[in-house]
Amino acid sequence: MGTVLLAGRRTGQSSTARIRPRRTRPRAPYGAERAALAARTTPGAGPTEEQVTVESTAERGTPRRGTAAKKTAAKKTAAKKTAAKKTAANRTPDKKIADKKTAGKKAATARRTTARGTAGGGPQDRPAMVQLLTPEGERVEHPDYALDLDADGLRGLYRDMVLTRRFDAEATSLQRQGELGLWPSLLGQEAAQIGSGRALHPDDYVFPTYREHGVAWCRGVDPTNLLGMFRGVNHGGWDPNDNNFHLYTIVIGSQTLHATGYAMGVAKDGADSAVIAYFGDGASSQGDVAEAFTFSAVYNAPIVFFCQNNQWAISEPTERQTRVPLYQRAAGYGFPGVRVDGNDVLAVLAVTRAAVERARSGEGPMLVEAFTYRMGAHTTSDDPTRYRPDDELAQWEAKDPILRLRRHLDLTGAADDAFYAAVEEESDVLGRRVRETIRTMPDPDSMAIFENVYADGHALVDEERAQYAAYLASFEPEEN
Amino acid sequence: MADSSTAKLPIAKALNTALRNALESDPKVLVMGEDVGKLGGVFRITDGLQKDFGEERVIDTPLAESGIIGTAIGLALRGYRPVAEIQFDGFVFPAYDQIVTQLAKMHARSLGKVKLPVVIRIPYAGGIGAVEHHSESPEALFAHVAGLKIVSPSNADDAYWMLRQAIECDDPVIFFEPKSRYWDKGEVNTSGIPGPLHAARVVRPGSDLTLVAYGPTVRTALQVAAVAQEEGRSVEVIDLRSISPIDFDTVQRSVEKTGRLVTVHEAPVFFGAGAEVAARISERCFYHLEAPVLRVGGFHSPYPPARLEEDYLPGLDRVLDSVDRSLAY
Repeated sequence: MGTVLLAGRRTGQSSTARIRPRRTRPRAPYGAERAALAARTTPGAGPTEEQVTVESTAERGTPRRGTAAKKTAAKKTAAKKTAAKKTAANRTPDKKIADKKTAGKKAATARRTTARGTAGGGPQDRPAMVQLLTPEGERVEHPDYALDLDADGLRGLYRDMVLTRRFDAEATSLQRQGELGLWPSLLGQEAAQIGSGRALHPDDYVFPTYREHGVAWCRGVDPTNLLGMFRGVNHGGWDPNDNNFHLYTIVIGSQTLHATGYAMGVAKDGADSAVIAYFGDGASSQGDVAEAFTFSAVYNAPIVFFCQNNQWAISEPTERQTRVPLYQRAAGYGFPGVRVDGNDVLAVLAVTRAAVERARSGEGPMLVEAFTYRMGAHTTSDDPTRYRPDDELAQWEAKDPILRLRRHLDLTGAADDAFYAAVEEESDVLGRRVRETIRTMPDPDSMAIFENVYADGHALVDEERAQYAAYLASFEPEEN
Repeated sequence: MADSSTAKLPIAKALNTALRNALESDPKVLVMGEDVGKLGGVFRITDGLQKDFGEERVIDTPLAESGIIGTAIGLALRGYRPVAEIQFDGFVFPAYDQIVTQLAKMHARSLGKVKLPVVIRIPYAGGIGAVEHHSESPEALFAHVAGLKIVSPSNADDAYWMLRQAIECDDPVIFFEPKSRYWDKGEVNTSGIPGPLHAARVVRPGSDLTLVAYGPTVRTALQVAAVAQEEGRSVEVIDLRSISPIDFDTVQRSVEKTGRLVTVHEAPVFFGAGAEVAARISERCFYHLEAPVLRVGGFHSPYPPARLEEDYLPGLDRVLDSVDRSLAY
């Protein structure tokens, strides 16, 4: 049910070290579906690089709350009509190409299967992915998601990603040095986190899992605050209301319901802020995530579900979680879903901004699937070489989110060597600060065990606290 | 006006009044659960509340227990005070994860920065001839978890006041309602001054033996004491009221006087609340005990089909038998 952060330690017992077959060739068990699949899998078109118009998966006629919603609704309807036209226009050529490449019955089957949406295809199948920046760093436009960032804005995102990666690397090293018990690295997911984190307003509220170090950075949480729970001095410890950034949640998917309830409260208050819930591809299998989708949809809660599909839930690939692309899950609940290139910080920023704005203006939930990759291990206890093919990592390294933005900065001349040097210097300072903080982080007092178990007190806790204090006190004379 | 604050009400109506008054006195209080709106709940505990307070305050939820508790947590984080209803005892388990891993621990995890004033109302225990999963007593499963408070009223006045206090409490409270006693009537004084939520109460004084009960078994315990009286035995009955924490001081004072203790609850005896009382009182009252502490309750079996309830439940005869055994030492 819950996450197994230490699962890596258990894998030694079995033969699970077998390398999995490549996931880009989904199994098609039945003849018709295999034919359909053949029709759709066109060689040479690396699906993850494709820039396809997003297919919003739901009708959006959900009930609205508040008057603010009505105002924006009028605007949005107009916008939607144009978007719909564009989408239709973009889709038609696609189909034509497909028709040319296949023939007769096969093509017909393919179209039917595609229309049905899922059968035979794995979750990686034909990801319709919003992209604004190619892996080569070239800017491309998207009909639904425009983004106008000046050089300053671009450099800011670069700085965020570099510092977040540095912090993460520092924490990984500290774990290796025995200063942390465990560390879940975000390596590779910087764009998904910084792009979405920078899309939020200060009064929006974030419900993270346990890997959202980059989002925490965007919220202004001191990164050293994140280390306490991994060092074992507390279970979180920060005040969620200081930065509207909730505590890390270890049990997979639980926080999506907390986020939904919180968003229901935001709606009740008539506030125009939004809530964002982070979770992963593995969490999408959890009942709580399904229930969060249901509750948020029926109450039209102002929430964005931000799924970082990093392809692996410890050793389980996305195919083991779902038979449809994750963003399409939203359709069944009655709200839109969109897949965005999770290694493209600009696209993530644009898409999340739109989703959050949509929630804020009373149009209800939206699912954003950031298609990305966990370049490191699940946690420092995990060993991805047991289940992950080497060439897969190499493939994704070519799409590195930081490298990509740097290429863009260089292509456009938005940054010079002095800027890079300054960021490098800043990340050295951060690294030093993290190392010094962690090594001087005091262990909590023994009596902290009994603190904050209850807000209003509890007789049993009081009794046990007194007994343990007396026990500890009984050692004191010997120490003298 | 003074008269209107005192009335003879069944427990069900006392609970309804408590919810109504809580909704009236604090705009942050919400009632939520399956069928709590138009229907008024399957036991009609929330009858008429949605009509008077609207769908934003009295919320019919999707049929998803984890969702009910998970969103209640989120609402509490936003400053609301949700009172969530789980329709029947056996249906709480889909929400058990949210209750145990999230609701119970979030206050500690935040080092006290967030409070979770969530009440979970659960109609529990048997004796109404229901099908399976509608008659269970899972209180011990929750009592083992730090961060939760667990209470169970046995009479109408307690039903009213303990629910009001549970809603005002800043900690999560699991509020077990003895469904077989919903129709028991008693005086309710809504302008009275309630005792502390966690305090046990001596509901019948006696000198020969202490009988500890809570929730649905308090009525049984009082019947036992009445029969024992006819046989010349003086049984003191204590209503625990709170199962986490347990007011051991009140039990200890009684046992120091009587020298004998029998516990009774509907939940299985094994690892039950009675076991905890027996262990603590054995430790505290070793030199006062004239007999080993005895426990009466359910068996280590699934709750049986309705035609066997009489065998399973600790009724008058089985409790009297244990009283006799204790007194025979």
